[in-house]
Amino acid sequence: MNTETDVADKLSEQVTTFLAEHDPVTTDRIEFLRARFDAGLAWVHFPVGRGGLGLPPGLQPEVDARFAEAGAPDNHPRINVIGLGMAAPTLMAYGTEEQLDTFLRPLWTGEQIWCQLFSEPGAGSDLAAVATRAVRDGDHWVVDGQKVWTSSAQNAQLAILLARTDPDVPKHAGLTYFVCDMTDPGIEVRPLRQITGEAEFNEVFLTGVRIPDSQRLGAVGEGWKVANATLNNERLAIGGGPVPRESGMVGVVAAAWRANPGRRRPDLHGRLMELWVESEAARLTGQRLRQKLAVGQPGPEGAAMKLTFARLAQRLSGLELELLGEEGLRYDDWTLRRPLEVDFLGRGPGYRYLRAKGNSIEGGTSEILLNIVAERVLGLPPEPRVDRDVPFKELAK
Amino acid sequence: MTELNLLYTDVEDDLRRTVRDLLEDRLDPSAVIAMYDGDRTVVDPLWKAIAQDLGLAGLLIPEAEGGVGASAREAAIVCEELGRAVAPVPFLTSAVVATIAVAGSGQELVADLAAGATTAALAVPFTTAPEGPLPALVATNGALTGTVSSVAGVLEADVLLVPVEESDGLAIYAVPVAGTTVQAVASLDMSRQLADVTLDAAPGTRVRSDAANSVRAALRAGAAMLASEQVGVASWCLAGTVGYLRERRQFGRQVGGFQALKHRLADLYVGVESGTAVARYAAAALAADDSDSQVATAIAASYCGNLAVTAAEEALQLHGGIGMTWEHPVHLYLKRAKTDQLAFGHPGEQRRRLADLVDLPFGSTEAGESQ
Ligand SMILES: Cc1cc2nc3c(=O)[nH]c(=O)nc-3n(C[C@H](O)[C@H](O)[C@H](O)COP(=O)(O)OP(=O)(O)OC[C@H]3O[C@@H](n4cnc5c(N)ncnc54)[C@H](O)[C@@H]3O)c2cc1C
Repeated sequence: MNTETDVADKLSEQVTTFLAEHDPVTTDRIEFLRARFDAGLAWVHFPVGRGGLGLPPGLQPEVDARFAEAGAPDNHPRINVIGLGMAAPTLMAYGTEEQLDTFLRPLWTGEQIWCQLFSEPGAGSDLAAVATRAVRDGDHWVVDGQKVWTSSAQNAQLAILLARTDPDVPKHAGLTYFVCDMTDPGIEVRPLRQITGEAEFNEVFLTGVRIPDSQRLGAVGEGWKVANATLNNERLAIGGGPVPRESGMVGVVAAAWRANPGRRRPDLHGRLMELWVESEAARLTGQRLRQKLAVGQPGPEGAAMKLTFARLAQRLSGLELELLGEEGLRYDDWTLRRPLEVDFLGRGPGYRYLRAKGNSIEGGTSEILLNIVAERVLGLPPEPRVDRDVPFKELAK
Repeated sequence: MTELNLLYTDVEDDLRRTVRDLLEDRLDPSAVIAMYDGDRTVVDPLWKAIAQDLGLAGLLIPEAEGGVGASAREAAIVCEELGRAVAPVPFLTSAVVATIAVAGSGQELVADLAAGATTAALAVPFTTAPEGPLPALVATNGALTGTVSSVAGVLEADVLLVPVEESDGLAIYAVPVAGTTVQAVASLDMSRQLADVTLDAAPGTRVRSDAANSVRAALRAGAAMLASEQVGVASWCLAGTVGYLRERRQFGRQVGGFQALKHRLADLYVGVESGTAVARYAAAALAADDSDSQVATAIAASYCGNLAVTAAEEALQLHGGIGMTWEHPVHLYLKRAKTDQLAFGHPGEQRRRLADLVDLPFGSTEAGESQ
């Protein structure tokens, strides 16, 4: 019988052996990452053969730490947030063997960056109202429509796509989920500039985009169910992984406080300590949630985590500006750029303040998450829905 | 004791209409957005129209000195409207703060300010509280040396009014901006862009001695009038969001019909009404030279500073994804509101001052301990 320690020891040995066989310094970066995937050390909670070893996810941070210590290249996790955090678990839950063979390894190594083609001008909070059409054509689907707010579309090779395959049934029933090739000639990506000055997200126009049926994820008409798996994972990913005390935004503000004794005032101090305590509460809630979710797909609980994360990021970044005073009123750079990643900690306080505003909108707004907690966790009666049983094509636009 | 009138008079409403019409006519939000990319072409003609054509530069200057002879009540209306439009003009910094700093000094400068022929800025950081420390510059035989950071309104100004501590007390020197080095700062609010100013033996003229009271009064008026600007910002955010959520449909309904959002907007309305009351009170008290004026200013500055930020944050959130875009004007209000919150004394500093004024000290001893 394996005790937990035995498992951890054995895993640690596997890492040691792997590092001995693949010199992290001299091995080609992609070769190294591919080998790490094949050895099951990419995400240990994934099954054997899929980059993992079928172990509890709690063992992953130690593995990552060992690789980092050895100077091994990482898979640029912040550039492929949607791939790693959302597409991968959705693929794991709904993908065919063939799809897993095709997509998982290049996803994990970062050879393929993913984006999320969900939101549309008319379908944001009401995601089930997406109007982008996918029409069957032999063993392909032909997709036409417009997506919006698509982060990283400019860098992505692949996308998870929610499209309408049947407008004659109520909105939730007529959706299908696809993996879409972003290099298809029918895809046009137009940058959308954000309040930070950067163009982090985009409009994406799809015109006659051809997707093989083999890139459908889940059954035809099951897109809503599959999309919810993605969203639950997204909310968890945005809500954060295992973190030491004073990580992230609270750490930034704490550092600013320590560095500016001349700017200290009792009112600011009161707020700082309140938010510090709330940050600890959030961190420990996250720890509990991860322990609860040691196996399986996350449910709506992640919504609560994401709510807290957004609120804290916003209040802390606001406080940071206020305590910096004059310095807080300076902005590092308004230049239009198309960044590879959201660089909260590398940019200035003004950027943090502005970018954090998106935290309560992206991945489902805080209002929608509150509805989810109230209805799906607490079991309170849902809002009256006028459009639930009406065929999509009959809904007023 | 007669109560101060906190309503808008007909004359004030007319003034509002005039300013609003001009701004609707002459200021497109896209021109303000362009300022973030360094295009400031909108500023000069707009300021000329407000300062000279409408004659608002001299609003607070007595008729005898070439001005309009109006009061803080009218100036507050102008600030409200400028806030509502995030207008990039130096009314607050020149026609309120700089003007009050030199009003009644009998200098020619005052008539030039009244005519809108000259625009001035008080050389203090924009964050300076009415009772806060002033920058330390030195004057030697009329030549001024030193640095002042984060000055508002200097990019639009011809004249810098520099407070200098001298042996006989605080003096104000007028220094042509052309004789100084002005370094524009990439600012959170580019519609009121800050600049660092360096004076290296810059020639100046002493325009006021014994000026401590004038400088403090100017900063207090700045804080009081800023509260009205903040009310303007908050009102735009409320009205714009109500309008948007009436139109925006999700789940087959007007999004504004969801009770959770209705309550948020109703709450914001309550806040804007309260903000209007305290800002009006501060303006009326200032206009009447009321004994409660300092208290009134501290209340208004403390309340409205946070109100505008809350309103802009709510507006952005309730617009959803479109609120995060460069094209939609809501970010202009967020950047203005967050910057204004720190201007002329953060609400925390205002409350600290208020605690002294209304005898609610923080410490356990009788005096001097209040925080
Ligand atoms: C920075 C950023 C990155 C993003 N990246 C992506 C991406 O990569 N891919 C992608 O597909 N999408 C992305 N999004 C889009 C995001 O998911 C949507 O913006 C979001 O779901 C809200 O939709 P909306 O913008 O249409 O707002 P709306 O749905 O129009 O909402 C407007 C307001 O009404 C509120 N509201 C709506 N319905 C209700 C209700 N029933 N009860 C109470 N309040 C309600 C909302 O909370 C919001 O405050 C991104 C958004 C941002 C800001």
